[in-house]
Amino acid sequence: MELLAQVLISGILLGGLYALIGLGMSLIMGVMKIINLAHGELMMVGMYITFWAFTIGKIDPYVSLLIVIPALFVLGAMLQKWLIAPVMEAESILPENQVLLTVGIGLVLSNLALLAFTADYRSVPVSYASKTIYWDVKMAGQTISLSFSFPMLVAFAIALALGGALFLFLGYTDLGRMIRATAQDARAASLMGVNTKRITYITFGLGSALVGAAGALLAPVYYLFPQIGGPFTLKAFIITVLGGLGNVAGAVLGGVVLGLAESLGSVYVSLGYKDAFGFIIFVLVLIFLPKGLLGKGRA
Amino acid sequence: MSRATLLSLGGLALLAVVPAVVSNPYVLHMLILCLLWTVLGQSWNLLGGYTGQVSFGHAAFFGIGAYTTGILVKTGMSPAAAWWGLLLGGLAAAAASAVIGWICFRLRGPYFALSVLALAEVLRLIALNWKQLTNGAEGILFIPAFNSKSWYYWIVLALAAVSMALIRFVMHGKLGFYFLAIREDQDCAESLGINATKYKLISLLLSAFFTGVAGSFYMNYMGFIDPGIVFSIHDISVMMILVTMLGGVATTWGPAVGAAIYILMSEVFRTYLKSGHLVFFGLLIIVIIIFFPQGIVGTLRETLQRRKRRLAAPPAGGPLKEAA
Repeated sequence: MELLAQVLISGILLGGLYALIGLGMSLIMGVMKIINLAHGELMMVGMYITFWAFTIGKIDPYVSLLIVIPALFVLGAMLQKWLIAPVMEAESILPENQVLLTVGIGLVLSNLALLAFTADYRSVPVSYASKTIYWDVKMAGQTISLSFSFPMLVAFAIALALGGALFLFLGYTDLGRMIRATAQDARAASLMGVNTKRITYITFGLGSALVGAAGALLAPVYYLFPQIGGPFTLKAFIITVLGGLGNVAGAVLGGVVLGLAESLGSVYVSLGYKDAFGFIIFVLVLIFLPKGLLGKGRA
Repeated sequence: MSRATLLSLGGLALLAVVPAVVSNPYVLHMLILCLLWTVLGQSWNLLGGYTGQVSFGHAAFFGIGAYTTGILVKTGMSPAAAWWGLLLGGLAAAAASAVIGWICFRLRGPYFALSVLALAEVLRLIALNWKQLTNGAEGILFIPAFNSKSWYYWIVLALAAVSMALIRFVMHGKLGFYFLAIREDQDCAESLGINATKYKLISLLLSAFFTGVAGSFYMNYMGFIDPGIVFSIHDISVMMILVTMLGGVATTWGPAVGAAIYILMSEVFRTYLKSGHLVFFGLLIIVIIIFFPQGIVGTLRETLQRRKRRLAAPPAGGPLKEAA
């Protein structure tokens, strides 16, 4: 019972971070209809910025969010403007060209990091890295002591705050409405006077900023190395499919489901197969709920 | 026989005598890799290029082929008997592809591409963790059946020739037109009575079969595999796409040209740029997609056609009486 509760807690906390990673991909996929396979590599960039800010400038990872978010926004917008947008206009046999382009971008990013920072595993040794908060709960006459990892708790709270801010931004600002209009029907939006090109730059920037922020939040609890991005790209995609393509609320649910599946699976089945559970859920959702868990929109 | 067929057969005969002339094992090794990647590029091209079903996880089928052979040898069959694994590896990969295709081809869009990627990752995890069967991260090691590289060269040359001829044959028949129709417009194809799911599955089965055979060959040739090599996303899945795109998507010779350039470039990059070689591969992908979206063979073909058309067309404003 105590174990189960503990597993659920860590799963949900992890899920909050996953949701942030998934949100970025979901946003990009919703507006531009492309899968960004460099997503995890963008997170890696965010992690390295956090690492160097901490190592050189003694800047706390949570403060370095203020650097990571704008930096990744600019990086994402530039990638979209100079690399991806020109390819989206060019004609070719395969519409997947843009996706392959993101593979190329990811390769360049991760290997530049490899050249610059070597393959060493690094960590951000903050003082609170292993700090835990205990909470005693009385249940069925017994007292259970539940532990919460402090950095995971903070990460969860910030992830929720960022997700909420994104929700408000998309729902209640003119720019947010323009992004949603472009996602629904780019041509109609441009007829209504929306500069859809600019919107795609902003969207890619926002998606990158979100995943970069996730990287910064992950830095205190995770080690980092140049190839860390790959698995996270896959996770982001699983989350997006779980939540339904381009569905922001769904991405949060997808993140939590993936977090829970991984922590439950690694404790009750096998640690070695931890990453496989996400894929299994992914395939099950594809078979039975191709529209995602929330079932909105068309498959 | 057409001139093109005769030329191809002549070329094949020329390639077949190469081991008699070239004895440098390094050169032979490079040629074997070129031919192996030709087979891989051809397989990917059939499904991705001609049928329009892009897969980001063909390493799944490559790895299944390789592990089929590896496990056959490990469970006590002699390395020579493992040559059966070539066929078995192909069949095992095709069987796995049938399952994933059956699940995913009812959906459209990026689902298939990424489900195969997920399959490759799950298989990698299984190969890593199921130690009794696969030796886990240690991998499987055996002594290759032949000492001389010539035999491997001939076998992979035959593989490349057969896969290329078969795919060319398929693409010039009814099946090929179905594949193209599905790629161009699935709704339109279905309205004409083509069962899109069925034909996509056929294309996938063929593609996975050849990829599996190539994987088995790789195991026989190298004598060593581990999960990180054969189920690698970057080294197998992405490179199969790159080889095809570099040469020319949906062209007969594209994968062969792409494979030759890929092997040469990776050797040069690896020698001179050391650990930086993957940066240049990434840049190469970006440059190809932006400047040569049709690949080398595709761009060449387009230029030739344009020139032919310009030569055939009467000069602007010139007399047209004779032509009429």
